[in-house]
Amino acid sequence: MDSTVNKRHGDGRKPLLSFANLSYKAQRRLIIVAFSLIPLAFLVTFSYLPLYRMIYYSFFSWNGFSRNMQFIGLDNYITIFTRPDYFSVFAVSLYYFVATFAQMGLALYFATILSFKVRGKNFFKGVLFFPFLLNGVAIGFIFMYFFRPDGTLDALMNVLGLGGLTQLWLGNPDLINISLAATSVWRYMGFNFIIFLGTISSIPGDIYEAADIDGANRWHQFRYIIMPSIRRIIELNVILSISGAISVFEIPYIMTGGANGSRTFVIQTVETAFKFGKFGLASAMAVVLLLIVIIVTLIQNKLFGEKGA
Amino acid sequence: MRMHYSSVSMLKYLTLLLGAFVALLPLVVVLFTSLKSRAEMARSTALTPPEDWLNFDNYKKAFVDGNMLVGFMNTVIILAISIVGAILIGTMVAYILNRFSFFGNKVIMGAFLLATLIPAVTTQVATFQIINELGLFNTRASAIVLFMGTDIISVYIFIQFISQISQQLDESAMLDGASYLKIFTRIILPLLKPAIATVFIVKGVNVYNDFYIPFLYMPKTELQVVSTALFKFKGPYGTQWEIISAGIMIAILPTLIVFLALQKYIYNGFTQGAVK
Repeated sequence: MDSTVNKRHGDGRKPLLSFANLSYKAQRRLIIVAFSLIPLAFLVTFSYLPLYRMIYYSFFSWNGFSRNMQFIGLDNYITIFTRPDYFSVFAVSLYYFVATFAQMGLALYFATILSFKVRGKNFFKGVLFFPFLLNGVAIGFIFMYFFRPDGTLDALMNVLGLGGLTQLWLGNPDLINISLAATSVWRYMGFNFIIFLGTISSIPGDIYEAADIDGANRWHQFRYIIMPSIRRIIELNVILSISGAISVFEIPYIMTGGANGSRTFVIQTVETAFKFGKFGLASAMAVVLLLIVIIVTLIQNKLFGEKGA
Repeated sequence: MRMHYSSVSMLKYLTLLLGAFVALLPLVVVLFTSLKSRAEMARSTALTPPEDWLNFDNYKKAFVDGNMLVGFMNTVIILAISIVGAILIGTMVAYILNRFSFFGNKVIMGAFLLATLIPAVTTQVATFQIINELGLFNTRASAIVLFMGTDIISVYIFIQFISQISQQLDESAMLDGASYLKIFTRIILPLLKPAIATVFIVKGVNVYNDFYIPFLYMPKTELQVVSTALFKFKGPYGTQWEIISAGIMIAILPTLIVFLALQKYIYNGFTQGAVK
């Protein structure tokens, strides 16, 4: 058997001779074990072990370093749900959650327009998508400059004669989360847009032609051809946006560090652990967050059926 | 009727231009600012273009004082190793999951899927301890293993592609006596090139842009990556926006070049990565 290989391939070598000499049955076993061992080791070490440890730590009072871990049962969880300053940060998520609807609306609008004939199509497509590719720290800084006093936004408003309406966009606690959520829309809109555009473009052109013959206008085409074909994607994005809104971290952390009422639950968790050294409490917070994400995902599967996931 | 259409079409272009303006304005202003001198900053508004378009003083200062070179070097090292690793891991798992039915096949798939439910940023509390115990804290290996290990999306993309490769290719190779390993390296891997390109792009963008993992696991100055090098501008240059802007532009420039060069692949990459 092996000699045929060498003749056919004519390379005269016998790479991994011993392996190739095994029967296919033995090879099969060996390759299944060999090819799953490393990936599974990674998966267990960096996904499941942290999960297990996190749940375990959540029942202890522990600073993360000392040998002294004190079992305190559910006290950490009680703290989270009874101390308003721990749980109230969830309200901040609402801003981002609402913003994702604006984000998807815009993405859907631009994707629909650009799936038809438009001049400068590639330019608009590129410009609308590009922000999504940018470095998170760079985006944070760009918008710190955008929102700062006499920054981009204020200068623009002055030019438009709205100079009297300028605000401390990142200093006013009533506005800060709106400014940050808007930054998040700027950053992620291109992602939804490119996915919607890809899905809409995969609709065969003759469907539109047939609709044209039947006298359907653009709105009909959108309502009865485009919408049904991207419903799934929209549903999926809505659900992702919920877990996304709960786990917002990078933009507020970089831009404000959570100041002026812009603290999100994840910033809170991270600071509880790494700044205040309360690893037990932080673990409990992470477990709460995880449970919320799991519940949301389960609801999604119930509502939209298995395929949505 | 004609009037109606043209005003709709006007509205269409108006909104597109507005969208492009909003997308570009924050970036263009930062480009302007990066080319201005300190004195010029004081006498101009944010929207004023720079007087000298070739004034790269801020760039020099940002690049040298901000140690951006170290950042780029570390980013490239981490990017290269973790992406190659992720591609190897992904193709290996995808190959056995798609080609062999065996006890545990479904379990492995499920385990990968379930892992995506866990928001990575939260488990850092416990991951940190593990990285520490493995002795990887403050080494490049910490970021490398974390970027390499936890990725269902690439496994998914690879399975999608492998399932489209006809089993008959494997079978005829087996008639020729090729080993499974040979089938994997000589038949499957070469045919997976488009999928590998996809994963390379998606993963590459994620790794280049990631801030938190290097920030948390590699605080040492010699180990800073582009993100963390840029983040450090916040302290010493607090109000010197012309320097910070130059730093921003330096961090963005590679992204822009790659985007312009590989536009088509990037669009495809993100569409495939998300839709499936």
